[in-house]
Amino acid sequence: MNAASALRKPNAEERIVLSRPSKTGDAAFKFLTWCMAMMVFVLVVIIGWELFRGSGPSLKKFGIGFLFHSDWDPVNNEFGALPFIFGTFVSSLVGLAIALPLSLATAVYLTELAPWWVRHAAISLIEMLAAIPSVILGLWGIFVMVPWLRGPGQGMPGELYHPFPLLKKVFGFLPLFKGPIYGVSILSAAIIIAIMIVPIITSISREVFRAVPDTQREAAFALGATRWEVTRLAVLSSSRRGIFGAAMLGLGRALGETMAVTMVIGNRPDISASLLAPGYTLASAIANEFAEATGAMHLSALFELGLVLLLVTFVTNIAARLLIGAGGGPKHG
Amino acid sequence: MNAKPFKWRNFKSSAVSVLCFLCAVLVILPLALVLIHIIRLGASSVNWSFLTHLPKPVGETGGGMANAIVGSFILVGLAVLIGVPVGVLGGVYLSEYGSDRMNWSVRFAADILNGTPSIVWGIVVYALVVVPMKTFSAWAGGLALGFMMIPMVIRTTEEMLALVPGGLREGALALGIPKWKSVVYIVLKTGGKGIITGILLACARVAGETAPLLFTAFGNRFWSFNLSAPIAALPRQIYDYAIAPYDDWHRQAWAGALVLILIALAINIGVRILTRGSSPTATR
Repeated sequence: MNAASALRKPNAEERIVLSRPSKTGDAAFKFLTWCMAMMVFVLVVIIGWELFRGSGPSLKKFGIGFLFHSDWDPVNNEFGALPFIFGTFVSSLVGLAIALPLSLATAVYLTELAPWWVRHAAISLIEMLAAIPSVILGLWGIFVMVPWLRGPGQGMPGELYHPFPLLKKVFGFLPLFKGPIYGVSILSAAIIIAIMIVPIITSISREVFRAVPDTQREAAFALGATRWEVTRLAVLSSSRRGIFGAAMLGLGRALGETMAVTMVIGNRPDISASLLAPGYTLASAIANEFAEATGAMHLSALFELGLVLLLVTFVTNIAARLLIGAGGGPKHG
Repeated sequence: MNAKPFKWRNFKSSAVSVLCFLCAVLVILPLALVLIHIIRLGASSVNWSFLTHLPKPVGETGGGMANAIVGSFILVGLAVLIGVPVGVLGGVYLSEYGSDRMNWSVRFAADILNGTPSIVWGIVVYALVVVPMKTFSAWAGGLALGFMMIPMVIRTTEEMLALVPGGLREGALALGIPKWKSVVYIVLKTGGKGIITGILLACARVAGETAPLLFTAFGNRFWSFNLSAPIAALPRQIYDYAIAPYDDWHRQAWAGALVLILIALAINIGVRILTRGSSPTATR
């Protein structure tokens, strides 16, 4: 740069660059983004407050007993959430019990065993599975999965090629598989839930496995371990916490799952030991009855079901979050 | 360390490998089955009249879901109007301004919101909007979907902006550019593709949501462009038709499912194309 050009007056473009940055613009922009970030807290408060407000009459009338009563009688204004809580937990836990081993095995396959091109393809497919809207899975559930699970009906040829009659035949002595086969049932809901939460558990546990340093695997190999022993000793054993977190996250999703479950669970507020019996969940009760609630107390009881659901998913999600430690604690931001 | 014969251990290892492979196949199987059934049962019913006609009255065969398809686009559009400004700017705050402690709590809250069941959003917006307005409305539906988008967009925006090299920010500041300008014109622009990807994926996700719309947008069997009136939405229509006792409605539910899947697929392919080019990861 020669002296002449350094001394000339800045042209318009340069002046924009050279002018003193205005502090007000910066402060205003920072404030704007701050407000937007604060929206997440506002939303958390709104959710809690609206549900609490909505369930006021029901909270006042039934108190803590709401959670332990099993009458759900809109006509006589008697409401108890127990069948819904039972249905929600049983279907979610059974779904988790199906999904967890499958997801872990898939994650092990994808991180430890699969060639890279299979890995790529399988990961995109699992992402696609996660992207299927709940209502579509429910549609498939009603018209394809449930009829297949149920089979052609009692005494029909080929009945035992279908899971529910087979389960009943083999394990029918257990209370878990007693009673008539309707098709729509807690177990059907659990299977749909399992399909829905497999992608999230798989992807989280895949991340957890990948975070295990390769030197650990190499050390195990160097000691003469086989591939499975490497996986078990070097990968699985040090990922226990993360796996537990992934399971909690899956459970959180499962508890709140609405549409697909509503479509296959049968929507009957009974507490039955049998997984083949229809059930009802917190979310599906809200979905089915909210728009047609008969009175203020009915509506309020449904709000309280929502509040219970919110608290339950809150707890599982916080647990998951602390276990997985996404972003770590406040220290490492 | 292990006294068992090597052959047995090797066999066990192979057996577990095969088992893991089979589990992976089993996990992907439902996807294949759902897609096959949707295409088989839906393709025969998706035609021009399905895409352009209103639902026929109960009992008459035929008709389409045109209003529901348009309604879904309107609802997602409203959700974008609400969710994207809040989400993107909130993400900017996290990546450019927030302190560690603050960021941790915002992320925590966003993750909690992400895990909130969609049906809960439905009743919250019902209490918040539908009750005061005394009517179900497109606004309420869009707001419910928009609320769901906020935490998703905040998180993806933050992640994408974290990939923008710090040198760009420092370079801008060294030139004397005010920070907000460097954020808007340089940082956001560099991370733009990733942010748009995140927004599109969030759109695809809320477009398939039914539960938050049940008591907000409510559904409508006619054309409606009035945002203060109930409006139809594709997932909601699929649900209503699926649980109804009419065969013709079941057929249309499958057709609707095919359209919904295709829309989601189109968004996903769009995202793939978008991310194929240079992304902030490439410049890192």
